[in-house]
Amino acid sequence: MTDHHAAAPPAGPVPWDKAFALKLLADMVRIRRMEEKSAEMYGAGKIRGFLHLYIGEEATAVGALHALSPEDNIVATYREHGHALVRGMGMGAIMAEMYGKREGCAHGRGGSMHLFDKATRLFGGNAIVGGGLPLAVGLGLAGKMQNEKRITACFFGDGAVAEGAFHESMNLAALWKLPVLFCCENNLFGMGTSIERAESQTDLCVKAASYNMPALKVDGMDIVAVHEVTKQAAQRVRAGEGPLFVEYQTYRFRAHSMFDAELYRQKAEVEEWKTRGPIHTFSARLKAGGKLTEEEFLAIDAAANAEVEAAVAFAEAGTWEPIEDLLKDVHTS
Amino acid sequence: MSRKLNYREAMREAMHEALTNDPRVFLMGEDVGMYGGTYAFSKGFLDEFGPERIRDTPLSELGFVGAGIGAALGGMRPIVEVMTVNFSLLALDQIVNSAATFRHMSGGQFSVPLVIRMTTGAGRQLAAQHSHSLEGWYAHIPGIKVLAPATIEDARGMLAPALADPDPVVIFEHAALFNMEGGLPDDWNVDISSAKVRRAGKDVAIITHGGSLPKALAAAEQLAAAGIDAEVLDLRVLRPLDTATIAASVAKCHRAVVVDEGWRTGSLAAEVMARIMENAFFELDAPVARVCSEEVPIPYARHMEEAALPQADKIVAAVKGFFA
Ligand SMILES: Cc1ncc(C[n+]2csc(CCOP(=O)(O)OP(=O)(O)O)c2C)c(N)n1
Ligand SMILES: [Mg+2]
Repeated sequence: MTDHHAAAPPAGPVPWDKAFALKLLADMVRIRRMEEKSAEMYGAGKIRGFLHLYIGEEATAVGALHALSPEDNIVATYREHGHALVRGMGMGAIMAEMYGKREGCAHGRGGSMHLFDKATRLFGGNAIVGGGLPLAVGLGLAGKMQNEKRITACFFGDGAVAEGAFHESMNLAALWKLPVLFCCENNLFGMGTSIERAESQTDLCVKAASYNMPALKVDGMDIVAVHEVTKQAAQRVRAGEGPLFVEYQTYRFRAHSMFDAELYRQKAEVEEWKTRGPIHTFSARLKAGGKLTEEEFLAIDAAANAEVEAAVAFAEAGTWEPIEDLLKDVHTS
Repeated sequence: MSRKLNYREAMREAMHEALTNDPRVFLMGEDVGMYGGTYAFSKGFLDEFGPERIRDTPLSELGFVGAGIGAALGGMRPIVEVMTVNFSLLALDQIVNSAATFRHMSGGQFSVPLVIRMTTGAGRQLAAQHSHSLEGWYAHIPGIKVLAPATIEDARGMLAPALADPDPVVIFEHAALFNMEGGLPDDWNVDISSAKVRRAGKDVAIITHGGSLPKALAAAEQLAAAGIDAEVLDLRVLRPLDTATIAASVAKCHRAVVVDEGWRTGSLAAEVMARIMENAFFELDAPVARVCSEEVPIPYARHMEEAALPQADKIVAAVKGFFA
């Protein structure tokens, strides 16, 4: 087992105005509280199937998605609750979907791994590793062919980099200079397989460079860095420079899914990475800069908890899609 | 004499035996080693057999299934595990265009003695990218053998003859069976060529395989209470199908219902029905019926998933239709 030592926690002043900083902090807290509750509801048997938590990785989705525009396309994986929430899907619709209720974003047909939202241009949680990458290339192609200003941001894990779909998608996007932002959430593991046991070249930016695609590496636990780098990357893609690859170096604090004995990593490694936890390190920086008081933090947390309670109540009160609708929407008509 | 074990333990024992007895055998796939196997089938193997023979792969289904084919051509006896049938679609090119074709295409020069194991089927609320039953597709392909162990005995016994087979064998393990317990007789004897009657009866033949077998047996019990004596035939081997045993059951019962978790259109059930028409048409007292999955990607919500799949009560209703 390889040790993946954590660097020093993110530190330093936050170059944002207070309102913006607190908005991003609040989004991280909302994801955290929502997912803690999801895990609890999984234990209670309310949520079933596979549930993959994003806990620990919140700075990546929050920092990156706030650097994009509402008209941009988002393609995500099965670890996408946070992306859906930050993108603007209601927490109630997310929770109801995880419950399998009709009031969920997909009427309970998809569950945790398949959150879709046309209004916010979220083209799904995809549970085929690497499955979203070619789709993002096609969305990028459509955007380019129709002279749209939008770009497509495609989120995927380090594990997906080994799939053939990664190679083919990177090549096509670069070859055709498509407006795609490849957002690789490198949490060092694909299920139980650490990156050095899966990749001959563990520097993923070097891989991207082999497709003649610019690549940026960023500390995915540092929301300031994530946001600034993504903003710059998105601008370049939007300006027509072609695709860009960003590697967010992050870490998942929880098990891969709810069925994982975590035999493949040391508890101490997880604890070490928790010292870099995106919420407490960002809060500390804001406090040090006089942009956050403890009372304000508690208020953010209380609001998140209230939103979670309301989402759970919404899901609980939800209804089951009638079985007569089983065959609805297999085809358009 | 017999002893109790569950499906997962039976399969684990079979792999353990193969790895112990034949140095050419190795296990390769995603998270088979350090993680202990996605469904804990190979827990402890890495420590016992080492990383050369318990080979964790990156997420590269096309690559490692193709590498399994190459290793088989090169003299090894690989067991390649694909987590779920849905992910095997990423490797379909290698299975269909290489593994299945090499012997024939090379004029009999190159065989591919490879075993591919994968999880199939629904019932765990994993939604439409983790729940499908595509073994019928594989059963369409000449050049591969397709197995569906649905009992403890078959989980324990099918791997060895599959590894001994000179050609590629694909084994479908239905996820709903993994925790199923049963007795394994000491004198178990398993082939990979025949269908087996799991419950003898005389009024109707329920023909099924894999995860639907326990449902068919449950239906047969309910039918017995209603005075209908159902025979349950487990296909076991989906390619090549044991047509003679299917025809014999039909000849005995004169009525048949085929139960298949695949979708109805173009299903394995359709193939079984066609064979009954070809081989036992004049034995039939009624048109053959079938219970298949509804034609919809498998939904997440429990009630919808249950409604989409064959169930004991649907089988009972189909059989009662014969006697209405
Ligand atoms: C094609 C395919 N193969 C295997 C799996 C099973 N699986 C689901 S998630 C996962 C790990 C993926 O790791 P990574 O891409 O790093 O994403 P992370 O889970 O770390 O966010 C695996 C092996 C799958 N869903 N799809
Ligand atoms: Mg990962």
